[in-house]
Amino acid sequence: MKKKIKSLKRKANQIRKLIIEMLATAGSGHPGGSLSSTEIIACLFFEVLRHNPKDPTWPKRDRFHLSKGHACPVLYAALSLCGYFDKEELWHLRKFGALLQGHADRRVPGIDVGSGSLGQGLSVALGMALAGKIDKEDYRVYCLMGDGELQEGNIWEAAMAAAHFRVDNLCGIVDYNRFQIDGRIEEVMNLEPLVNKWEAFGWHVVQCDGHNIEELLECFREADSTKGKPTVIIAHTVKGKGVSFMEHVVDFHGRAPSEKERKIALEELEEIESAEESIE
Amino acid sequence: MELLYARDIYGKTLIELGKKDKRVIVLDADLSGSTRTAMFAKEFPERFFNFGVAEQNMMAASAGLASCGKIVFVSTFAMFATARPLDQLRNTVCYNNFNVKIVATHAGITVGEDGSSHQALEDIAILRSIPNIRIVVPADAPEARDAIISAYNTEGPFYIRLGRAKVPTIQNKRPFALGKGYILEEGKDLAIIACGIMVYQALEANKILKEKGISATVANIHTIKPIDEKFIVDIARRHKHIMVCEEHQSVGGLYSSVCEVLSRENPVKIQSVGVNDRFGQSGSPQELLDAYELSSPHIARKAESFLMAAQS
Repeated sequence: MKKKIKSLKRKANQIRKLIIEMLATAGSGHPGGSLSSTEIIACLFFEVLRHNPKDPTWPKRDRFHLSKGHACPVLYAALSLCGYFDKEELWHLRKFGALLQGHADRRVPGIDVGSGSLGQGLSVALGMALAGKIDKEDYRVYCLMGDGELQEGNIWEAAMAAAHFRVDNLCGIVDYNRFQIDGRIEEVMNLEPLVNKWEAFGWHVVQCDGHNIEELLECFREADSTKGKPTVIIAHTVKGKGVSFMEHVVDFHGRAPSEKERKIALEELEEIESAEESIE
Repeated sequence: MELLYARDIYGKTLIELGKKDKRVIVLDADLSGSTRTAMFAKEFPERFFNFGVAEQNMMAASAGLASCGKIVFVSTFAMFATARPLDQLRNTVCYNNFNVKIVATHAGITVGEDGSSHQALEDIAILRSIPNIRIVVPADAPEARDAIISAYNTEGPFYIRLGRAKVPTIQNKRPFALGKGYILEEGKDLAIIACGIMVYQALEANKILKEKGISATVANIHTIKPIDEKFIVDIARRHKHIMVCEEHQSVGGLYSSVCEVLSRENPVKIQSVGVNDRFGQSGSPQELLDAYELSSPHIARKAESFLMAAQS
Protein backbone atom coordinates (compact mmCIF):
# COMPACT_ATOMS: atom_id res chain seq x y z
CA MET A 1 0.00 0.00 0.00
CA LYS A 2 2.74 2.45 0.99
CA LYS A 3 4.58 1.62 -2.18
CA LYS A 4 1.45 2.23 -4.24
CA ILE A 5 0.86 5.60 -2.61
CA LYS A 6 4.44 6.63 -3.13
CA SER A 7 4.22 5.63 -6.76
CA LEU A 8 1.01 7.63 -7.24
CA LYS A 9 2.59 10.67 -5.57
CA ARG A 10 5.45 10.35 -8.01
CA LYS A 11 2.98 10.23 -10.92
CA ALA A 12 1.22 13.33 -9.58
CA ASN A 13 4.52 15.15 -9.48
CA GLN A 14 5.36 14.11 -13.02
CA ILE A 15 1.93 15.29 -14.17
CA ARG A 16 2.38 18.65 -12.44
CA LYS A 17 5.73 19.22 -14.10
CA LEU A 18 4.26 18.35 -17.48
CA ILE A 19 1.35 20.76 -16.89
CA ILE A 20 3.78 23.61 -16.17
CA GLU A 21 6.01 22.81 -19.11
CA MET A 22 3.13 22.28 -21.49
CA LEU A 23 1.40 25.53 -20.58
CA ALA A 24 4.59 27.58 -20.58
CA THR A 25 5.34 26.24 -24.06
CA ALA A 26 1.78 26.90 -25.23
CA GLY A 27 1.81 30.42 -23.77
CA SER A 28 -1.84 30.15 -22.75
CA GLY A 29 -4.18 27.76 -20.96
CA HIS A 30 -5.46 26.88 -17.50
CA PRO A 31 -2.94 25.84 -14.83
CA GLY A 32 -5.00 26.48 -11.67
CA GLY A 33 -7.70 23.88 -12.15
CA SER A 34 -5.26 21.40 -13.70
CA LEU A 35 -2.96 21.51 -10.67
CA SER A 36 -5.89 21.24 -8.25
CA SER A 37 -7.11 18.01 -9.83
CA THR A 38 -3.71 16.36 -10.33
CA GLU A 39 -3.99 13.76 -7.53
CA ILE A 40 -7.54 12.91 -8.61
CA ILE A 41 -6.36 12.26 -12.16
CA ALA A 42 -3.24 10.37 -10.99
CA CYS A 43 -5.36 8.05 -8.82
CA LEU A 44 -7.81 7.43 -11.62
CA PHE A 45 -5.38 6.76 -14.47
CA PHE A 46 -2.72 4.89 -12.49
CA GLU A 47 -4.86 2.93 -10.03
CA VAL A 48 -8.65 3.13 -10.24
CA LEU A 49 -9.54 2.94 -13.93
CA ARG A 50 -9.69 -0.35 -15.80
CA HIS A 51 -8.23 0.71 -19.13
CA ASN A 52 -5.77 -0.28 -21.81
CA PRO A 53 -3.82 2.53 -23.49
CA LYS A 54 -2.96 0.14 -26.33
CA ASP A 55 -6.67 -0.30 -27.02
CA PRO A 56 -8.33 3.04 -26.24
CA THR A 57 -11.77 1.91 -27.43
CA TRP A 58 -11.78 -1.44 -25.57
CA PRO A 59 -15.54 -1.89 -24.93
CA LYS A 60 -15.07 -3.09 -21.35
CA ARG A 61 -12.94 -0.10 -20.29
CA ASP A 62 -14.03 2.15 -17.47
CA ARG A 63 -15.04 5.54 -18.84
CA PHE A 64 -13.58 8.82 -17.71
CA HIS A 65 -15.13 12.09 -18.79
CA LEU A 66 -13.58 15.47 -18.08
CA SER A 67 -16.50 17.84 -17.64
CA LYS A 68 -14.21 20.77 -16.79
CA GLY A 69 -12.68 20.70 -20.26
CA HIS A 70 -10.37 23.65 -19.60
CA ALA A 71 -8.37 21.40 -17.25
CA CYS A 72 -7.32 19.31 -20.26
CA PRO A 73 -3.57 19.80 -19.52
CA VAL A 74 -3.86 17.49 -16.51
CA LEU A 75 -5.66 14.91 -18.64
CA TYR A 76 -3.27 15.24 -21.58
CA ALA A 77 -0.32 14.80 -19.21
CA ALA A 78 -1.81 11.65 -17.67
CA LEU A 79 -2.78 10.18 -21.05
CA SER A 80 0.72 10.75 -22.43
CA LEU A 81 2.30 9.13 -19.36
CA CYS A 82 -0.02 6.15 -19.84
CA GLY A 83 1.16 5.91 -23.44
CA TYR A 84 -2.06 6.87 -25.24
CA PHE A 85 -0.03 9.13 -27.53
CA ASP A 86 3.52 10.37 -28.01
CA LYS A 87 4.68 12.78 -25.30
CA GLU A 88 5.99 15.02 -28.08
CA GLU A 89 2.36 16.08 -28.71
CA LEU A 90 2.36 17.95 -25.38
CA TRP A 91 4.69 20.58 -26.81
CA HIS A 92 2.18 21.46 -29.54
CA LEU A 93 -0.72 22.08 -27.15
CA ARG A 94 -3.06 24.82 -28.43
CA LYS A 95 -1.05 25.30 -31.62
CA PHE A 96 -2.54 25.35 -35.09
CA GLY A 97 -2.99 21.82 -36.40
CA ALA A 98 -2.20 20.23 -33.04
CA LEU A 99 -3.78 17.03 -31.77
CA LEU A 100 -4.10 18.65 -28.35
CA GLN A 101 -6.73 21.35 -28.69
CA GLY A 102 -7.33 24.11 -26.14
CA HIS A 103 -10.15 22.11 -24.59
CA ALA A 104 -10.51 18.33 -24.32
CA ASP A 105 -11.10 16.86 -27.75
CA ARG A 106 -12.40 13.51 -28.95
CA ARG A 107 -9.64 13.17 -31.56
CA VAL A 108 -7.20 12.45 -28.73
CA PRO A 109 -6.80 8.72 -28.04
CA GLY A 110 -8.24 8.08 -24.58
CA ILE A 111 -10.85 10.84 -24.78
CA ASP A 112 -14.32 9.51 -25.62
CA VAL A 113 -16.20 12.80 -25.65
CA GLY A 114 -14.80 16.29 -26.01
CA SER A 115 -15.75 19.06 -23.61
CA GLY A 116 -15.23 22.74 -22.97
CA SER A 117 -18.67 24.24 -22.66
CA LEU A 118 -19.32 23.77 -18.96
CA GLY A 119 -22.06 21.92 -17.15
CA GLN A 120 -22.66 19.16 -19.69
CA GLY A 121 -20.23 16.50 -18.56
CA LEU A 122 -22.34 14.84 -15.90
CA SER A 123 -25.05 14.30 -18.51
CA VAL A 124 -22.52 12.75 -20.89
CA ALA A 125 -21.31 10.46 -18.10
CA LEU A 126 -24.92 9.59 -17.27
CA GLY A 127 -25.41 8.52 -20.89
CA MET A 128 -22.34 6.29 -20.65
CA ALA A 129 -23.56 4.82 -17.36
CA LEU A 130 -26.97 4.07 -18.87
CA ALA A 131 -25.28 2.36 -21.82
CA GLY A 132 -23.35 0.19 -19.37
CA LYS A 133 -26.56 -0.79 -17.58
CA ILE A 134 -28.37 -1.56 -20.86
CA ASP A 135 -25.49 -3.75 -22.02
CA LYS A 136 -25.12 -5.37 -18.59
CA GLU A 137 -21.44 -4.45 -18.64
CA ASP A 138 -19.60 -3.96 -15.37
CA TYR A 139 -17.55 -0.94 -16.42
CA ARG A 140 -17.70 2.15 -14.25
CA VAL A 141 -18.00 5.78 -15.32
CA TYR A 142 -16.09 8.63 -13.68
CA CYS A 143 -16.79 12.29 -14.30
CA LEU A 144 -14.56 15.10 -13.06
CA MET A 145 -16.43 18.35 -12.54
CA GLY A 146 -15.21 21.78 -11.61
CA ASP A 147 -16.85 23.64 -8.76
CA GLY A 148 -17.69 26.73 -10.83
CA GLU A 149 -19.60 24.67 -13.36
CA LEU A 150 -21.92 23.40 -10.64
CA GLN A 151 -23.63 26.76 -11.12
CA GLU A 152 -24.99 25.44 -14.43
CA GLY A 153 -28.56 24.15 -14.28
CA ASN A 154 -27.67 21.27 -16.59
CA ILE A 155 -25.56 19.70 -13.82
CA TRP A 156 -28.56 19.47 -11.53
CA GLU A 157 -30.76 18.08 -14.28
CA ALA A 158 -28.15 15.34 -14.64
CA ALA A 159 -27.86 14.88 -10.87
CA MET A 160 -31.63 14.41 -10.59
CA ALA A 161 -31.73 11.94 -13.48
CA ALA A 162 -28.72 9.89 -12.32
CA ALA A 163 -30.38 9.26 -8.96
CA HIS A 164 -33.71 8.56 -10.67
CA PHE A 165 -32.13 5.97 -12.98
CA ARG A 166 -30.10 4.55 -10.04
CA VAL A 167 -26.84 4.48 -11.98
CA ASP A 168 -24.57 3.19 -9.23
CA ASN A 169 -21.89 2.64 -11.88
CA LEU A 170 -21.47 6.43 -12.02
CA CYS A 171 -19.06 8.34 -9.82
CA GLY A 172 -18.82 12.12 -9.94
CA ILE A 173 -15.83 13.97 -8.56
CA VAL A 174 -16.01 17.67 -7.71
CA ASP A 175 -12.67 19.48 -7.74
CA TYR A 176 -13.66 21.92 -5.01
CA ASN A 177 -10.84 24.43 -5.21
CA ARG A 178 -13.20 27.30 -4.36
CA PHE A 179 -12.19 29.62 -7.17
CA GLN A 180 -13.71 30.49 -10.52
CA ILE A 181 -12.56 32.97 -13.17
CA ASP A 182 -14.13 36.01 -11.56
CA GLY A 183 -13.00 35.19 -8.03
CA ARG A 184 -13.99 33.22 -4.94
CA ILE A 185 -16.92 30.88 -5.51
CA GLU A 186 -18.61 32.09 -2.35
CA GLU A 187 -18.47 35.65 -3.65
CA VAL A 188 -19.39 35.01 -7.29
CA MET A 189 -22.13 32.44 -6.69
CA ASN A 190 -22.12 30.44 -3.51
CA LEU A 191 -22.51 26.65 -3.80
CA GLU A 192 -22.98 25.85 -0.14
CA PRO A 193 -24.38 23.80 1.41
CA LEU A 194 -22.91 21.59 -1.31
CA VAL A 195 -23.05 18.24 0.48
CA ASN A 196 -26.70 18.78 1.33
CA LYS A 197 -27.46 19.63 -2.29
CA TRP A 198 -26.03 16.37 -3.63
CA GLU A 199 -27.67 14.38 -0.85
CA ALA A 200 -30.99 16.06 -1.52
CA PHE A 201 -30.66 15.03 -5.17
CA GLY A 202 -30.31 11.41 -4.07
CA TRP A 203 -26.55 10.86 -4.26
CA HIS A 204 -24.20 9.14 -1.87
CA VAL A 205 -21.68 11.82 -0.86
CA VAL A 206 -18.13 11.33 0.35
CA GLN A 207 -15.57 14.03 1.06
CA CYS A 208 -11.83 14.07 1.21
CA ASP A 209 -8.68 16.11 0.91
CA GLY A 210 -8.32 16.02 -2.85
CA HIS A 211 -4.54 15.99 -2.61
CA ASN A 212 -4.37 13.04 -0.22
CA ILE A 213 -3.89 9.86 -2.25
CA GLU A 214 -4.95 7.50 0.55
CA GLU A 215 -8.16 9.42 1.19
CA LEU A 216 -8.95 9.61 -2.52
CA LEU A 217 -8.44 5.87 -3.00
CA GLU A 218 -10.69 5.20 -0.02
CA CYS A 219 -13.39 7.40 -1.55
CA PHE A 220 -13.14 5.59 -4.89
CA ARG A 221 -13.46 2.25 -3.05
CA GLU A 222 -16.54 3.50 -1.23
CA ALA A 223 -18.07 4.74 -4.49
CA ASP A 224 -17.43 1.33 -6.06
CA SER A 225 -19.18 -0.50 -3.23
CA THR A 226 -22.19 1.84 -3.00
CA LYS A 227 -25.18 0.22 -4.66
CA GLY A 228 -28.50 1.65 -5.80
CA LYS A 229 -27.36 5.23 -6.19
CA PRO A 230 -24.55 7.24 -7.75
CA THR A 231 -21.71 8.57 -5.62
CA VAL A 232 -20.11 11.98 -5.70
CA ILE A 233 -16.70 12.62 -4.20
CA ILE A 234 -16.32 16.19 -3.01
CA ALA A 235 -12.58 16.63 -3.18
CA HIS A 236 -11.39 19.67 -1.25
CA THR A 237 -8.48 21.03 -3.21
CA VAL A 238 -6.19 24.01 -3.60
CA LYS A 239 -6.26 25.90 -6.86
CA GLY A 240 -2.76 25.95 -8.34
CA LYS A 241 -1.59 23.26 -5.87
CA GLY A 242 2.16 22.59 -5.74
CA VAL A 243 3.39 25.93 -7.06
CA SER A 244 3.61 28.50 -4.26
CA PHE A 245 2.83 31.58 -6.33
CA MET A 246 -0.13 29.91 -8.06
CA GLU A 247 -1.86 28.51 -4.97
CA HIS A 248 -5.20 30.25 -4.30
CA VAL A 249 -4.35 32.83 -6.97
CA VAL A 250 -7.31 33.44 -9.23
CA ASP A 251 -5.14 34.97 -11.95
CA PHE A 252 -3.74 31.51 -12.67
CA HIS A 253 -7.14 30.08 -13.51
CA GLY A 254 -6.51 30.94 -17.12
CA ARG A 255 -2.99 32.33 -17.43
CA ALA A 256 0.05 30.32 -18.45
CA PRO A 257 3.33 30.70 -16.55
CA SER A 258 5.97 32.95 -18.10
CA GLU A 259 9.44 31.55 -18.83
CA LYS A 260 10.67 32.86 -15.47
CA GLU A 261 7.66 31.46 -13.64
CA ARG A 262 8.13 28.13 -15.40
CA LYS A 263 11.66 27.80 -13.99
CA ILE A 264 10.62 28.69 -10.45
CA ALA A 265 7.60 26.37 -10.60
CA LEU A 266 9.69 23.44 -11.84
CA GLU A 267 12.28 24.04 -9.13
CA GLU A 268 9.58 24.01 -6.48
CA LEU A 269 8.11 20.80 -7.87
CA GLU A 270 11.57 19.19 -7.95
CA GLU A 271 12.01 20.11 -4.30
CA ILE A 272 8.68 18.59 -3.34
CA GLU A 273 9.63 15.47 -5.28
CA SER A 274 13.01 14.98 -3.64
CA ALA A 275 11.52 15.66 -0.20
CA GLU A 276 8.94 12.93 -0.84
CA GLU A 277 11.54 10.54 -2.22
CA SER A 278 13.65 10.91 0.91
CA ILE A 279 10.73 9.82 3.16
CA GLU A 280 10.74 6.06 3.47
CA MET B 1 -56.88 11.88 -49.97
CA GLU B 2 -54.98 10.03 -47.28
CA LEU B 3 -54.30 12.08 -44.12
CA LEU B 4 -51.73 10.74 -41.66
CA TYR B 5 -49.84 11.86 -38.60
CA ALA B 6 -46.14 11.74 -39.43
CA ARG B 7 -45.48 11.17 -35.73
CA ASP B 8 -47.61 7.99 -35.79
CA ILE B 9 -45.33 6.72 -38.52
CA TYR B 10 -42.34 7.77 -36.40
CA GLY B 11 -43.56 5.64 -33.48
CA LYS B 12 -44.11 2.63 -35.75
CA THR B 13 -40.76 3.07 -37.48
CA LEU B 14 -38.98 3.22 -34.12
CA ILE B 15 -40.47 -0.14 -33.15
CA GLU B 16 -39.39 -1.59 -36.47
CA LEU B 17 -35.82 -0.33 -35.96
CA GLY B 18 -35.84 -1.37 -32.30
CA LYS B 19 -36.76 -4.92 -33.24
CA LYS B 20 -33.96 -5.36 -35.70
CA ASP B 21 -31.24 -3.42 -33.87
CA LYS B 22 -30.54 -3.54 -30.15
CA ARG B 23 -28.35 -0.45 -30.45
CA VAL B 24 -31.43 1.72 -30.97
CA ILE B 25 -32.15 3.78 -27.84
CA VAL B 26 -34.90 6.37 -27.52
CA LEU B 27 -34.97 9.42 -25.26
CA ASP B 28 -37.83 11.81 -24.63
CA ALA B 29 -38.50 14.75 -22.33
CA ASP B 30 -42.02 14.26 -20.97
CA LEU B 31 -43.70 14.43 -24.36
CA SER B 32 -43.57 10.76 -25.31
CA GLY B 33 -47.34 10.58 -25.84
CA SER B 34 -47.28 13.48 -28.28
CA THR B 35 -44.07 12.54 -30.09
CA ARG B 36 -45.20 8.87 -30.15
CA THR B 37 -41.95 7.58 -28.65
CA ALA B 38 -44.29 6.06 -26.02
CA MET B 39 -45.01 3.38 -28.64
CA PHE B 40 -41.34 2.36 -28.52
CA ALA B 41 -41.28 2.69 -24.72
CA LYS B 42 -44.10 0.17 -24.41
CA GLU B 43 -42.31 -2.33 -26.63
CA PHE B 44 -38.76 -1.80 -25.34
CA PRO B 45 -38.94 -0.28 -21.85
CA GLU B 46 -35.29 -1.12 -21.14
CA ARG B 47 -34.15 0.97 -24.11
CA PHE B 48 -36.33 4.01 -23.48
CA PHE B 49 -35.51 6.80 -21.06
CA ASN B 50 -37.85 9.60 -20.10
CA PHE B 51 -35.71 12.51 -18.96
CA GLY B 52 -38.58 14.58 -17.65
CA VAL B 53 -38.72 18.26 -18.56
CA ALA B 54 -34.94 18.53 -18.88
CA GLU B 55 -33.92 18.78 -22.51
CA GLN B 56 -30.35 19.94 -21.89
CA ASN B 57 -29.61 16.83 -19.85
CA MET B 58 -31.31 14.63 -22.44
CA MET B 59 -29.30 16.11 -25.30
CA ALA B 60 -25.90 15.81 -23.58
CA ALA B 61 -26.74 12.31 -22.30
CA SER B 62 -27.51 11.24 -25.88
CA ALA B 63 -23.85 11.96 -26.67
CA GLY B 64 -22.70 9.74 -23.79
CA LEU B 65 -24.90 6.90 -25.02
CA ALA B 66 -23.72 7.37 -28.60
CA SER B 67 -20.09 7.31 -27.44
CA CYS B 68 -20.81 3.74 -26.27
CA GLY B 69 -22.03 2.67 -29.71
CA LYS B 70 -25.74 3.37 -29.34
CA ILE B 71 -27.92 4.84 -32.09
CA VAL B 72 -29.84 7.39 -30.10
CA PHE B 73 -33.18 8.86 -31.16
CA VAL B 74 -33.99 12.02 -29.21
CA SER B 75 -37.48 13.46 -29.34
CA THR B 76 -39.45 16.39 -28.03
CA PHE B 77 -41.20 19.34 -29.68
CA ALA B 78 -39.07 21.20 -32.24
CA MET B 79 -39.00 24.28 -30.02
CA PHE B 80 -37.46 22.36 -27.12
CA ALA B 81 -35.19 20.17 -29.26
CA THR B 82 -33.30 23.05 -30.83
CA ALA B 83 -33.39 26.35 -28.98
CA ARG B 84 -33.33 25.05 -25.40
CA PRO B 85 -30.45 22.53 -25.62
CA LEU B 86 -28.55 24.30 -28.41
CA ASP B 87 -25.21 24.42 -26.61
CA GLN B 88 -25.43 20.70 -25.80
CA LEU B 89 -26.41 19.98 -29.39
CA ARG B 90 -23.67 22.13 -30.88
CA ASN B 91 -20.75 21.35 -28.60
CA THR B 92 -21.44 17.86 -27.38
CA VAL B 93 -23.44 16.16 -30.14
CA CYS B 94 -22.38 17.89 -33.37
CA TYR B 95 -18.76 18.81 -32.63
CA ASN B 96 -18.11 15.23 -31.54
CA ASN B 97 -20.12 14.05 -34.57
CA PHE B 98 -22.17 11.51 -32.64
CA ASN B 99 -24.78 9.17 -34.00
CA VAL B 100 -27.71 11.06 -32.52
CA LYS B 101 -30.98 11.40 -34.44
CA ILE B 102 -33.14 14.26 -33.26
CA VAL B 103 -36.65 13.65 -34.47
CA ALA B 104 -38.64 16.70 -33.43
CA THR B 105 -42.39 16.96 -33.73
CA HIS B 106 -44.73 19.97 -33.49
CA ALA B 107 -42.61 22.16 -35.77
CA GLY B 108 -44.07 25.17 -37.53
CA ILE B 109 -47.16 27.33 -37.34
CA THR B 110 -49.55 24.37 -37.75
CA VAL B 111 -48.97 23.46 -34.10
CA GLY B 112 -52.05 25.65 -33.96
CA GLU B 113 -53.92 26.43 -30.78
CA ASP B 114 -50.92 26.20 -28.40
CA GLY B 115 -49.66 29.46 -29.86
CA SER B 116 -46.34 31.15 -30.37
CA SER B 117 -44.29 29.62 -27.53
CA HIS B 118 -44.77 26.17 -29.08
CA GLN B 119 -44.47 27.04 -32.77
CA ALA B 120 -40.85 26.57 -33.85
CA LEU B 121 -40.31 28.80 -36.88
CA GLU B 122 -36.55 29.25 -36.63
CA ASP B 123 -35.31 25.73 -35.88
CA ILE B 124 -33.88 25.14 -39.35
CA ALA B 125 -32.09 28.49 -39.29
CA ILE B 126 -30.59 27.70 -35.90
CA LEU B 127 -29.31 24.28 -36.91
CA ARG B 128 -28.24 25.00 -40.46
CA SER B 129 -25.18 26.96 -39.31
CA ILE B 130 -23.85 24.00 -37.30
CA PRO B 131 -21.36 21.67 -39.02
CA ASN B 132 -21.90 17.87 -39.20
CA ILE B 133 -25.67 17.83 -38.69
CA ARG B 134 -28.01 16.85 -41.52
CA ILE B 135 -31.47 18.39 -41.69
CA VAL B 136 -34.48 16.68 -43.28
CA VAL B 137 -38.01 18.09 -43.55
CA PRO B 138 -40.27 15.33 -44.90
CA ALA B 139 -43.27 16.29 -47.02
CA ASP B 140 -45.64 13.67 -45.60
CA ALA B 141 -45.85 10.64 -43.35
CA PRO B 142 -44.40 8.02 -45.73
CA GLU B 143 -41.50 10.35 -46.51
CA ALA B 144 -40.98 10.78 -42.76
CA ARG B 145 -40.54 7.03 -42.50
CA ASP B 146 -37.98 7.06 -45.32
CA ALA B 147 -36.11 9.94 -43.68
CA ILE B 148 -35.99 8.17 -40.32
CA ILE B 149 -34.68 4.95 -41.87
CA SER B 150 -32.15 6.92 -43.87
CA ALA B 151 -30.98 8.67 -40.69
CA TYR B 152 -30.69 5.30 -38.96
CA ASN B 153 -28.55 3.99 -41.82
CA THR B 154 -26.32 7.07 -42.01
CA GLU B 155 -23.67 7.71 -39.36
CA GLY B 156 -23.76 11.12 -37.67
CA PRO B 157 -26.19 13.64 -36.21
CA PHE B 158 -29.56 14.31 -37.87
CA TYR B 159 -32.46 16.66 -37.35
CA ILE B 160 -35.76 15.43 -38.74
CA ARG B 161 -38.55 17.96 -38.59
CA LEU B 162 -42.12 16.72 -38.19
CA GLY B 163 -45.36 18.57 -37.53
CA ARG B 164 -48.23 18.07 -35.13
CA ALA B 165 -51.19 17.95 -37.53
CA LYS B 166 -52.21 15.21 -39.93
CA VAL B 167 -50.65 15.71 -43.35
CA PRO B 168 -52.00 14.70 -46.74
CA THR B 169 -49.98 12.01 -48.46
CA ILE B 170 -48.45 13.30 -51.68
CA GLN B 171 -48.98 11.20 -54.82
CA ASN B 172 -46.21 10.36 -57.28
CA LYS B 173 -43.29 11.03 -54.97
CA ARG B 174 -39.85 9.83 -56.07
CA PRO B 175 -38.03 7.25 -53.96
CA PHE B 176 -36.35 8.99 -51.03
CA ALA B 177 -32.67 9.71 -51.47
CA LEU B 178 -30.94 11.67 -48.73
CA GLY B 179 -29.63 14.98 -50.04
CA LYS B 180 -31.58 14.76 -53.32
CA GLY B 181 -34.44 16.97 -54.42
CA TYR B 182 -36.98 15.86 -57.00
CA ILE B 183 -39.58 17.29 -59.36
CA LEU B 184 -43.24 16.50 -58.72
CA GLU B 185 -44.76 18.49 -61.57
CA GLU B 186 -43.13 19.98 -64.63
CA GLY B 187 -44.10 23.49 -65.76
CA LYS B 188 -42.56 26.32 -67.70
CA ASP B 189 -43.53 29.70 -66.21
CA LEU B 190 -41.90 29.41 -62.82
CA ALA B 191 -40.58 26.87 -60.36
CA ILE B 192 -41.91 26.40 -56.84
CA ILE B 193 -39.49 24.67 -54.48
CA ALA B 194 -40.96 23.53 -51.19
CA CYS B 195 -40.31 21.40 -48.15
CA GLY B 196 -42.48 19.79 -45.49
CA ILE B 197 -46.19 20.45 -45.51
CA MET B 198 -45.63 23.29 -47.99
CA VAL B 199 -45.11 20.72 -50.75
CA TYR B 200 -48.81 19.91 -50.60
CA GLN B 201 -49.69 23.62 -50.51
CA ALA B 202 -47.48 24.20 -53.55
CA LEU B 203 -49.20 21.41 -55.49
CA GLU B 204 -52.60 22.86 -54.59
CA ALA B 205 -51.42 26.31 -55.64
CA ASN B 206 -50.36 24.89 -58.97
CA LYS B 207 -53.96 23.75 -59.58
CA ILE B 208 -55.13 27.36 -59.07
CA LEU B 209 -52.35 28.66 -61.33
CA LYS B 210 -53.20 26.17 -64.08
CA GLU B 211 -56.74 27.55 -64.23
CA LYS B 212 -55.18 30.93 -64.91
CA GLY B 213 -52.99 29.57 -67.65
CA ILE B 214 -49.81 29.54 -65.61
CA SER B 215 -47.80 26.36 -65.29
CA ALA B 216 -45.29 25.84 -62.52
CA THR B 217 -42.65 23.26 -61.88
CA VAL B 218 -43.12 21.96 -58.33
CA ALA B 219 -40.11 20.49 -56.57
CA ASN B 220 -39.64 18.87 -53.19
CA ILE B 221 -36.35 19.48 -51.41
CA HIS B 222 -36.69 17.46 -48.21
CA THR B 223 -33.01 17.59 -47.29
CA ILE B 224 -32.15 21.14 -46.29
CA LYS B 225 -28.63 20.18 -45.31
CA PRO B 226 -26.65 19.15 -47.23
CA ILE B 227 -28.60 21.07 -49.87
CA ASP B 228 -28.89 19.60 -53.37
CA GLU B 229 -26.95 22.32 -55.21
CA LYS B 230 -26.92 20.59 -58.58
CA PHE B 231 -30.68 20.14 -58.52
CA ILE B 232 -31.30 23.79 -57.61
CA VAL B 233 -28.93 25.05 -60.30
CA ASP B 234 -30.60 22.79 -62.84
CA ILE B 235 -34.03 24.27 -61.94
CA ALA B 236 -32.62 27.81 -62.15
CA ARG B 237 -31.22 27.12 -65.63
CA ARG B 238 -34.70 26.20 -66.81
CA HIS B 239 -36.73 28.85 -64.94
CA LYS B 240 -36.24 32.59 -64.62
CA HIS B 241 -38.47 32.75 -61.56
CA ILE B 242 -38.28 30.63 -58.46
CA MET B 243 -40.48 30.64 -55.39
CA VAL B 244 -39.43 28.89 -52.22
CA CYS B 245 -42.11 27.77 -49.74
CA GLU B 246 -41.50 26.73 -46.16
CA GLU B 247 -43.35 26.66 -42.86
CA HIS B 248 -40.50 28.58 -41.25
CA GLN B 249 -39.10 32.08 -41.05
CA SER B 250 -38.02 33.28 -44.49
CA VAL B 251 -34.62 33.92 -42.95
CA GLY B 252 -32.20 31.05 -42.58
CA GLY B 253 -34.22 28.14 -43.94
CA LEU B 254 -34.86 26.68 -47.40
CA TYR B 255 -35.28 30.08 -49.08
CA SER B 256 -31.91 31.18 -47.74
CA SER B 257 -30.35 27.89 -48.81
CA VAL B 258 -31.63 28.29 -52.37
CA CYS B 259 -30.55 31.96 -52.50
CA GLU B 260 -27.08 31.06 -51.27
CA VAL B 261 -26.62 28.47 -53.97
CA LEU B 262 -28.04 30.54 -56.82
CA SER B 263 -26.40 33.86 -55.95
CA ARG B 264 -23.13 32.06 -56.55
CA GLU B 265 -23.99 29.64 -59.33
CA ASN B 266 -26.85 31.03 -61.37
CA PRO B 267 -28.60 34.21 -60.17
CA VAL B 268 -32.33 34.40 -60.93
CA LYS B 269 -35.29 36.12 -59.25
CA ILE B 270 -36.22 34.22 -56.11
CA GLN B 271 -39.26 34.90 -53.97
CA SER B 272 -40.00 33.61 -50.49
CA VAL B 273 -43.19 32.17 -49.14
CA GLY B 274 -42.40 31.87 -45.46
CA VAL B 275 -43.07 33.56 -42.17
CA ASN B 276 -41.99 37.16 -42.46
CA ASP B 277 -40.15 37.96 -39.23
CA ARG B 278 -43.17 37.41 -36.99
CA PHE B 279 -44.03 35.16 -34.08
CA GLY B 280 -46.95 32.76 -34.34
CA GLN B 281 -50.20 32.82 -32.36
CA SER B 282 -53.14 30.63 -31.44
CA GLY B 283 -55.58 29.44 -34.06
CA SER B 284 -56.43 26.39 -36.11
CA PRO B 285 -53.70 25.18 -38.47
CA GLN B 286 -55.68 26.29 -41.52
CA GLU B 287 -56.49 29.70 -40.03
CA LEU B 288 -52.82 30.22 -39.31
CA LEU B 289 -51.64 29.03 -42.74
CA ASP B 290 -54.03 31.61 -44.21
CA ALA B 291 -53.15 34.39 -41.76
CA TYR B 292 -49.42 33.97 -42.33
CA GLU B 293 -49.98 33.74 -46.10
CA LEU B 294 -48.61 30.23 -46.42
CA SER B 295 -51.67 28.45 -47.86
CA SER B 296 -52.13 27.53 -51.49
CA PRO B 297 -54.25 30.57 -52.54
CA HIS B 298 -51.55 32.85 -51.16
CA ILE B 299 -48.84 30.92 -52.97
CA ALA B 300 -50.83 31.20 -56.23
CA ARG B 301 -51.45 34.93 -55.70
CA LYS B 302 -47.79 35.59 -54.93
CA ALA B 303 -46.72 33.59 -57.97
CA GLU B 304 -48.99 35.62 -60.20
CA SER B 305 -47.77 38.97 -58.95
CA PHE B 306 -44.19 37.72 -59.08
CA LEU B 307 -44.60 36.97 -62.79
CA MET B 308 -46.52 40.19 -63.46
CA ALA B 309 -43.85 42.31 -61.81
CA ALA B 310 -41.29 40.66 -64.05
CA GLN B 311 -43.24 41.53 -67.17
CA SER B 312 -43.80 45.20 -66.31
